[in-house]
Amino acid sequence: MPDVNITVDGKKVTAPAGTLLIEACKSVGIEVPSFCYYPNLSLQGACRMCLVKVEKMPKLQTACTTVISEGMAVTTDSPEIHQARKSMVELVLGNHPLDCPVCDAGGECELQDMTFSYGAAESKYIEPKNHREEQQWSPVVYFDRPRCILCYRCVRVCGEGMDVWALGVQNRGVSSIIAPNKEDHLECEECGMCIDICPVGALTSGAYRYKTRPWEMKHVGTTCTHCADGCKTTLGVRRSDSGMEIVRGDNRDKSGINGDFLCIKGRYGFDFADHAERLKQPMIRKDGRLTPSTWEEAFELIGREFSRVQQQDGGQAIGVVGSNRTTNEESYLLQKFARVVLGTNNIDHHRTADFPALAAALTGKPDLTASMRDVFNAPAILLIGNDPTNQHPLLAWQIRNNVRLHGARLYLVNAEPIKLERQATSVTQVPSGAEGRVAAFLAGDDSAADALTGNTNREGWIALRDKLRSEANLIIIFGSEIRGGDVSSLVKFTLNIQGAKLVCLADYANSRGAADMGLYPDLLPGYQPVAQASKFHEEWGAVPQTRGLTLPEMVESARTGKLKAWYVVGANPIGRFAIDPYVFSKSFVVVQDMFLTETAAMADVVLPAANAYEKSGTFTNTCGDLQVVKKAGEVSEVKPDFEMIVRIAAAMGFDVRQLVPFGPGTRMDMGQSRGAQSGEADRHAVWLEARGLEPKMSPFDPTAILDEIQRLVPGYDVPRINLLAGNDQHTSLSQSGPGAAQNPKLIVAAKDDLFSSGTLGRYSRALNSVMENHRNQPAESDVVAD
Amino acid sequence: MRFSEQFEQRFTEMLGHYPTKRSVLVPTLLYAQDEAGFLSDEIIHEIAGRLDLTDLEVRNVISYYSMLTTKPRGKYNVQVCTNIACMLRGGEELLEHCSKKLGIGHKGTTADGLFSLEEVECIGACSWAPAVQVNYDFHENLTTVKMDKILDGYKSKV
Ligand code: SF4
Ligand code: SF4
Ligand code: SF4
Ligand code: FES
Ligand code: FES
Repeated sequence: MPDVNITVDGKKVTAPAGTLLIEACKSVGIEVPSFCYYPNLSLQGACRMCLVKVEKMPKLQTACTTVISEGMAVTTDSPEIHQARKSMVELVLGNHPLDCPVCDAGGECELQDMTFSYGAAESKYIEPKNHREEQQWSPVVYFDRPRCILCYRCVRVCGEGMDVWALGVQNRGVSSIIAPNKEDHLECEECGMCIDICPVGALTSGAYRYKTRPWEMKHVGTTCTHCADGCKTTLGVRRSDSGMEIVRGDNRDKSGINGDFLCIKGRYGFDFADHAERLKQPMIRKDGRLTPSTWEEAFELIGREFSRVQQQDGGQAIGVVGSNRTTNEESYLLQKFARVVLGTNNIDHHRTADFPALAAALTGKPDLTASMRDVFNAPAILLIGNDPTNQHPLLAWQIRNNVRLHGARLYLVNAEPIKLERQATSVTQVPSGAEGRVAAFLAGDDSAADALTGNTNREGWIALRDKLRSEANLIIIFGSEIRGGDVSSLVKFTLNIQGAKLVCLADYANSRGAADMGLYPDLLPGYQPVAQASKFHEEWGAVPQTRGLTLPEMVESARTGKLKAWYVVGANPIGRFAIDPYVFSKSFVVVQDMFLTETAAMADVVLPAANAYEKSGTFTNTCGDLQVVKKAGEVSEVKPDFEMIVRIAAAMGFDVRQLVPFGPGTRMDMGQSRGAQSGEADRHAVWLEARGLEPKMSPFDPTAILDEIQRLVPGYDVPRINLLAGNDQHTSLSQSGPGAAQNPKLIVAAKDDLFSSGTLGRYSRALNSVMENHRNQPAESDVVAD
Repeated sequence: MRFSEQFEQRFTEMLGHYPTKRSVLVPTLLYAQDEAGFLSDEIIHEIAGRLDLTDLEVRNVISYYSMLTTKPRGKYNVQVCTNIACMLRGGEELLEHCSKKLGIGHKGTTADGLFSLEEVECIGACSWAPAVQVNYDFHENLTTVKMDKILDGYKSKV
């Protein structure tokens, strides 16, 4: 659109035609106060806080609904404007309870700020205020009606943003009230978006209300530990008896790939951390029972047993199971430990997508994967399989809002009806299980169309394919229904469309990382086959080059008594794959976990582990966006998996420097040249960190492994400073190793929905209370996994 | 849920008048109410479904308009105007009179289900104030005596 020139407070501003005045002002750093205006939601013009003077217009105008036009001259502050805003604040405060001292929003409330800037100290309003007790609308949403200032942000974000439409406005004028969809309660997706967007404390969170004051928390921006989308979530933490307690999750930092969005899990699903059943002491099986022990005793025993098995039966008698929720550094370290220290390629994890097939098909072909941000901007999207609203809430948000705000075309191919149909340009049903044939058909195999009956005939499929071929910059998103050769068909199809890119959907927070970091019996990090000479071999020295056992093969081997030891880190194979626990009873089993899962219950040694909110490192989301994970909470009795792996290596008598390349005796300058003035950045630290040169003081420092990952894993050499600054960095698969064909049966979808999240969900009170409320299956019977 | 033939005809015709479906919501609600007496949950659900709206959205609109009701009303809905012109010419006394006579207050309904009473804003009959509207009939230049006759008249109709 052509640019338009206006003047604001004497400053010249140029912005594209169609820009709202309030946004044009913002672009040159002039803040116009607002309550009801919210970027990317429909205009409301309800609060009149944004009044400004536009020359030649008789009355003050609302900047949030005025579109700029050539030559407009605007004043955003003057005694007249100030007076108008003052009156508006006075009106809003007319029925406000002014219970700021106990209000959750106190200290971060837009009404407080606005009153501070523009309000008067007195009120002419003397009538009694309308009061109404606080109402509970759902386990996580509370409403304190008198605090509401009727900005309607909640109504719009729930309807337009979430496409749930659970909130409405009843009555009119002064008696208007916000109402939930089921008379006195909500039936909704429980995302809490309405709470976050409320400028005051009218909508409050069940998890956080009346718990603490905003200024008493430390706020840590990290990455969500639930699904594979990788939302940035800000955790509010405060001291507790045993370390740091997480009291709130929200998205106050809007710089993440999720912008305004968080689903219920990212917002409320942190309370598993202080669940009563959390393991807080190492345990050793003595006389058939798990008995508390010291860390030293536990590590010593593990070191001794692993060494014994290794010496007597070789590394191939040990099986290692990794996790979808540990950091990249931990997954990398774990497979390195297995290969270099234990001397085995018997390492696997719960696979939820065929990343090796994707990597294989993409080798040598740059720019073929889309980032989570791209999904919000693509002109067209093809989604095959999956139900993002339930399994990838952020992805669903990106798609929905891309359609709403940018008019993207959404093509759906699915066996089941899914909610995103409401945004779709076309919906094509396939028989369940035939999704793979769609890939073949798209790639040009016309004979595949015969398997694709459903609601569309052959001509329909051909028309769809033609249409898709003409969609430049299409993003193709596919669920785990598509595996193996079908993935390469899809890549072939992608190559024929100009600018097209792919997203492969996995299920857990770091499933992609687990795959990229080589938790496979036949693949090293970066999808490098174990049998081929590579940089890893050069760097690590001799490691086994024959393919190891997959998880089911390890189980089989244990059944026959060949596998003598298990090392299970953050996974619950017994619960997930319904393995006969007896199989584990014959070997020496070490489990690192937060809870006594079905697998941990069979262990000989159980080590209490920290979760992803209690440690630092990086996660890679399903799109391949690399992000930092920062330590927020702390439970003093547990250890991160990273440290435990190193301690076990040490207990086996292994030189840990060979495992973690931490700094060679760095001498630190803690003297005068650092951070002398308050607020001054530590220039030394910034410079060093930006280059990955900061001292790695011990083998427990994950950045030492991050160095190695960035150096050795193709596609991970992203600028370190951007990563540390909290920005998502898209990794690429184009330089990956050739991969290796995987048995598609090894991929088992997690089947988590909006309110469940494997083991974490099982121990989260917030998620459980919502599930009960929605009369879902009781949580106890849920399948649990990593 | 069944509406009359006439309702269906009007509904179909109206749909063609607007670019978006939801635009016909208000007249549709009014016609439905005329037929059923009030807007039951069932009617709300039916209309929401026809117009691709949620029940909540339909309720929002109903709650905005005082002429629409989700509760049963009497056979004759007596709407007494107390806005400025009527107030100056005795509207409030008229309302109080009706209230005493019928034994019900604002938005009340008599036990026999015959009358409901409502205090309303200007009904556009200011030149003949004070004015009262009973269902769709207007009664103007009223006094308490005239009002009694009118109410008796309705009573004797049944
Ligand atoms: S929690 Fe989410 S879905 Fe529920 S009412 Fe609020 S915004 Fe809507
Ligand atoms: S509840 Fe909050 S967001 Fe919703 S209208 Fe009231 S003040 Fe605005
Ligand atoms: S969409 Fe996924 S990553 Fe985002 S908050 Fe929800 S569970 Fe976490
Ligand atoms: S921000 Fe402009 S009217 Fe509310
Ligand atoms: S004021 Fe009563 S009809 Fe207008």
